[in-house]
Amino acid sequence: MSSRTAMATATPLIGERSDDGAIPGADALRVGVVQFPGSLDERDAQRAVTLSGARAVSLWHGDESLSDVDAVILPGGFSYGDYLRCGAIARFAPLMTAVVDAAKGGMPVLGICNGFQVLCESHLLPGALIRNDHQHFICRDQDLAMENVDTAWTRDYTSGETITIPLKNGEGGFVADPPTLDELEGEGRVVARYSGLNPNGSQRDIAGITNAAGNVVGLMPHPEHAVEAGFGTDSADGMRAGVDGQGFFTSVLRSLLV
Amino acid sequence: MGRIVVEVMPKPEILDPQGKAIGTGLERLGLSGFSGVRQGKLFHLSIEGEVTADALAKAREAATSLLSNPVIEDVVSVREADDAEVSR
Repeated sequence: MSSRTAMATATPLIGERSDDGAIPGADALRVGVVQFPGSLDERDAQRAVTLSGARAVSLWHGDESLSDVDAVILPGGFSYGDYLRCGAIARFAPLMTAVVDAAKGGMPVLGICNGFQVLCESHLLPGALIRNDHQHFICRDQDLAMENVDTAWTRDYTSGETITIPLKNGEGGFVADPPTLDELEGEGRVVARYSGLNPNGSQRDIAGITNAAGNVVGLMPHPEHAVEAGFGTDSADGMRAGVDGQGFFTSVLRSLLV
Repeated sequence: MGRIVVEVMPKPEILDPQGKAIGTGLERLGLSGFSGVRQGKLFHLSIEGEVTADALAKAREAATSLLSNPVIEDVVSVREADDAEVSR
């Protein structure tokens, strides 16, 4: 389990949060969360951003500008009802042109679950996500072994550390051809692997990957659902006390403030 | 009115859990004898006027850019629909 201390242990309301442990300068940073038709987790992602100390900015898929945000999160859900393929239609949303350009320019972009699928369909990340090998939707607290902790979204973790965050997907099986998988592993671009149990048949237990530059990260499980004690994963500290997801949201702020 | 048919199938080396589930369903129905099921996609693209070489080229572009994901799927065919298909 992570030994990270909670930033906001007493589930305070936004605005009443204690500034203990706040990252200096974070309040000047703007993290955009894109909403597509069928996105579900954008409010949770926004709250995770707010709890990390930055400003959460809601971005609309139909807009063409990123509104001066410093980083972008593509949240989980079922954009366009998962029609055709998960993420396939969201990829062509007007805002995605700006997201792809910004990502290529180095802006930190995190895709969670459906957001990971959108990043793969957009070719910002290699591979694809297919239906779980056991054919069932799965929802559980999932252990992950962190690997690449040099990305914009993972620098607050330790390589080899095990964290626990919720996982909930029907089409979370990561697949790519063997040369692509070898390249990802050879270049250290696996961000996290499933630990203890592979919940969806992902090849080589891959739960998350990054691009070569380390600014774009795709992750199938949901760190934004484990950022606030009382609403996180079950942990040694108590029911729903796990806040291992916080590191993704604090990492990006530290990356931007360097 | 012309019509173009695009067929997309999961790559042979990619696991097809949907096809597998359908295969299990067939067995339960007592329809045995199928050694495998794979599920693909069929698209009908309607156009004004005749199916021209230009229209087929555009359909091929649609097939590879949006209708399929080359990481997991193959475009099996892009062709003009026959008369029976046009009436559907």
